[in-house]
Amino acid sequence: MSIFKKHKIIETNASLLLVLSFIVVTIGGIVEIAPLFYIQNTIEKVEGVRPYTPLELAGRDIYIREGCYVCHSQMIRPMRDEVERYGHYSLAAESMYDHPFQWGSKRTGPDLARVGGRYSDAWHVDHLSNPQAVVPESVMPKYAFLSNAEIDGRYIEDIMKVHRMVGVPYTTEMLDAAVADFKAQADPEADTAGLEERYKKVNIANFDGNPALTEMDALISYLQVLGTMVDFSTFIPDPKR
Amino acid sequence: MCAKQVKKAEKEVQTTGHSWDGIEEYDNPMPRWWVWVFYACIVWGIGYSIAYPAWPLIHGATQGLLGPTLRTEVVAEIARFDEANAPIKAKLNAADLASIPGNDELKTYAISAGASVFKNNCAQCHGSGAAGVQGKGYPNLLDNDWLWGGDMEAIHTTIAHGIRNTTDGDARYSQMPSFGKDGILEKAQIDDVVEHVLQISGQDHDAAMAEAGATVFAENCAACHGDAGMGNRDFGAPNLTDAIWLYGGDRKTLVQTVTYSRFGVMPAWNVRLSEDEIRSVATYVHSLGGGE
Repeated sequence: MSIFKKHKIIETNASLLLVLSFIVVTIGGIVEIAPLFYIQNTIEKVEGVRPYTPLELAGRDIYIREGCYVCHSQMIRPMRDEVERYGHYSLAAESMYDHPFQWGSKRTGPDLARVGGRYSDAWHVDHLSNPQAVVPESVMPKYAFLSNAEIDGRYIEDIMKVHRMVGVPYTTEMLDAAVADFKAQADPEADTAGLEERYKKVNIANFDGNPALTEMDALISYLQVLGTMVDFSTFIPDPKR
Repeated sequence: MCAKQVKKAEKEVQTTGHSWDGIEEYDNPMPRWWVWVFYACIVWGIGYSIAYPAWPLIHGATQGLLGPTLRTEVVAEIARFDEANAPIKAKLNAADLASIPGNDELKTYAISAGASVFKNNCAQCHGSGAAGVQGKGYPNLLDNDWLWGGDMEAIHTTIAHGIRNTTDGDARYSQMPSFGKDGILEKAQIDDVVEHVLQISGQDHDAAMAEAGATVFAENCAACHGDAGMGNRDFGAPNLTDAIWLYGGDRKTLVQTVTYSRFGVMPAWNVRLSEDEIRSVATYVHSLGGGE
């Protein structure tokens, strides 16, 4: 037991304690953090995940601004009850272009990781405007004001540039067409060939049913893409992950 | 407790040797049980990191000797329940749709399974009690008024493929023209035809305008809603003569409906629900009161 007695040397020497503590924390930090830099092996390769379109990205910012994440998570855990209720468990790759991710852990409302396509656009308008009108038992606040807030995508290119800086693969072509794509996605009459080529399986619709392009359009375009990018009928999970 | 410690300390425990303003500190050892629990935790931690995935490496992480991950566990768990229900699900999928409500065994299973599918997937629009949302276009499923048909086959098709969505090629589809917005009818003609609809639905109306509206109706509306306005299930065209309204049957709402039209969308569920789940929830909806 003599080695335990030597512990007294460390305990009674503050500088030595500090140095040794620092070494221990450094080793722990390197072991935990360093592998994350090898992002290719941290995130499983999955077909179909693409960067958000300009309109979806704007919707995502509204989602964050309104604090939706305070009550809604976006992370289906690999447990039977969650998979049965929400769909296939979430994959790391599905939020690899999220900065910051919206996983969350607080569920006052349901998980939204796969809410895309689950309801019609009109339902989202009804529900966001007055949740209790369609779900009487809901405690969600009303977001009807989103329909009055017109947006024009003025700054969307800058936002996309910031996302590119942190690793989202927006091409120069995508940045150049940002404002045009932003407007085209909410207008089924527009020429959307370029938009569809740049962003796979993009939803094009007048999301809120009104001619003006509003925050409601942007938010619904974001909600309708959540969890829909990966085709799980062809996805074979790696059981070791 | 304090008194006991002091007494013991007086006998055998030394102080740390420091003195602050005359206050000294006993140098009691940690309780033995605590120290042993501490050592046991260290041993447990080493064992745990060997048994379960733990250490990150350059090309992945250690997998752990025990093997199962959350991914394999959830698959096994779901398979366990699927297996337990497999015989009844196979019977349900093999059965003729129309015969399910008459088969006690299948009906009992389908209604309870369908009720939970409904609460999870359908209740948000159709209401937890399936009464729909009055005036918002989410149909009531409790009554015997059906837009696209209320027998098992029709309900099954509607659930599987949805209505007017863009994701399923087999979705039920129809589109009412925006008579006012697209300039098909004049404002006065719309007012007339609305009076006609008020008349055939037995509400207060202006007789002269309704008379004029009858012609407008015959020329523009009857193709889908029928000559008498009784609706047509091939187009999901509602019956206009009853007191059941999707968006509302008052004058103002009717003018809005004729002017801008309506376009209710239901998602296709065959991408989210399995065949047995669709059959179950169809049976559940069929059993709510209006099944044909």
